[in-house]
Amino acid sequence: MNFDDLNTLRPDLAFIAHWVGEGAHVLDVGCGDGAMLRYLESGKRCSGYGLEIADDKVLESTTRGINVIQHDMEKGLGLFGDNTFDTVLCLNSLQMMQHVEALLRDIVRVGTEAIVSFPNFAHWPHRLALLKGRMPMSRSLPYKWYDTPNVRYATIYDFQELAVSCGLEVLECVALADGEVVTFLPNLRGSLAVFRLRKKATPAL
Amino acid sequence: MGSLGIVTPQAMHFAEPLRLQSGAQLGDYTLMYETYGTLNADKSNAVLICHALNASHHVAGHYATPKSAGWWDNMVGPGKPVDTDRFFVIGINNLGSCFGSTGPMHVNPATGKPYGAAFPLVTVEDWVAAQARLADRLGIEQFAAVMGGSLGGMQALSWSIMFPERLRHCIVIASTPKLSAQNIAFNDVARQAILTDPDYRGGDFYEHGVVPKNGLKVARMVGHITYLSNDDMAEKFGRKLRNAAETNDYNFDFGIDFEIESYLRYQGDKFSEYFDANTYLLITKALDYFDPAREHGGDLTKALAGTKAQFLLASFTTDWRFSPERSREIVEALISNRRRVSYAEIDAPHGHDAFLLEDARYMNVVRAYYNRIALEVA
Repeated sequence: MNFDDLNTLRPDLAFIAHWVGEGAHVLDVGCGDGAMLRYLESGKRCSGYGLEIADDKVLESTTRGINVIQHDMEKGLGLFGDNTFDTVLCLNSLQMMQHVEALLRDIVRVGTEAIVSFPNFAHWPHRLALLKGRMPMSRSLPYKWYDTPNVRYATIYDFQELAVSCGLEVLECVALADGEVVTFLPNLRGSLAVFRLRKKATPAL
Repeated sequence: MGSLGIVTPQAMHFAEPLRLQSGAQLGDYTLMYETYGTLNADKSNAVLICHALNASHHVAGHYATPKSAGWWDNMVGPGKPVDTDRFFVIGINNLGSCFGSTGPMHVNPATGKPYGAAFPLVTVEDWVAAQARLADRLGIEQFAAVMGGSLGGMQALSWSIMFPERLRHCIVIASTPKLSAQNIAFNDVARQAILTDPDYRGGDFYEHGVVPKNGLKVARMVGHITYLSNDDMAEKFGRKLRNAAETNDYNFDFGIDFEIESYLRYQGDKFSEYFDANTYLLITKALDYFDPAREHGGDLTKALAGTKAQFLLASFTTDWRFSPERSREIVEALISNRRRVSYAEIDAPHGHDAFLLEDARYMNVVRAYYNRIALEVA
């Protein structure tokens, strides 16, 4: 997969791929069909593993030729040693986790940098739906309230607070709409929140 | 998907002695094997299939008479996950087996009598060393993949450790890096059943014209229980009574009351008709001994540090003999070594036996993985 393919297929992934260093060792938590890792391997000489729980996604990732480990992320990242990865990706998965904080702390443990994305609950159509007294449904949250894999809803501000408390420093934070960066009123106009984070240096004792 | 049709086993004789891990030596031996598909010009499409406890070189296709299908016929064949239109597949029978390769019932050249109890104990590593010699003879320097389930998975893993350059992919299914105390305990119950059968005669029963059938039967019954899952057994048999149609009451004796008793005894009887007691002892001991981390102070990561292959591991959620945790130990050690590894944990109800059965998710992952290998070969 080259960059253009990725950009056409998933513009949000294409944007995020810019943040991953050339040749980085990457863990993709919730790697889905493996498209991102495939691009990083072929386009940026990266190595690494994808974690995925769903059978069909494991199959797609296997077909794509990436290293995919079938694993329930709720069980943590015990498979991996401390500081194993240059970058840990957690793209559009965090909102489906029961134990968000525990996973985020594990991400901090195994990686140096992390890139986390999630649907921005503060996106204006969501706010509008709530104003009308209804739970939001949109392209980024395409499920009925009673039938959604998403169990956690966060806004850009909410996540930032948690990330910092988990020992991460925010390097960059953008809101995307259709894969494009939203600069004006991002928390209102962006449907996908994307954070680039780095483990805070622990002060020497 | 086609069938391989009628296949024919071949024998390869080796005159050069094989030194075994135990220190003993086999001076002269024969290995039985079968091949399917065609070896390509640069000999890059060979796949070695290693067998588990009670299987043999007869992996796929069937024999003319009696018409018996290979044990992995659903996996290996034209258009099947291990596609013999693209790969040259070798099934090989291990030393000590009762299916043609040199084993306890063969004549010991030193005495002119069957080896019997004198047949040396062989290990997974010994088998792999013998398999490598067969590969040499066939001119295969490097396998596209070495693959096996259960005990076969241990052999595949050993290949990656012993001959890292000689396989590009290592496929380990429903296996483990070593047996647990519980696994060894079950194996020893099975062995004791055989060893204490009066017809075992210290392993030299061949000369006496007897077979320790009862011991073998009990051994198989114990083994069989561990291959199934509790749920699967409950669903298939539950507490159903054998004579439910007639009286639907207990017999109040030690005969067969329950369906599960009937099933296990039948399986045990069938097994004792064709399997060799000494082979059963040997193979279960090889299972017990397998522990590549042992010479690295128990550190599996170190044991796998020299591997070069890419790996696919698969396990089954209801397999309590070699549970997913055991496969994950291997995955973890490979990850620590930054090896290329994929792992599928298949949610299948059939316990350890699932690796031999048809499950779409399992078959599809193996197929997808072999499709990748095929791209390298082409």
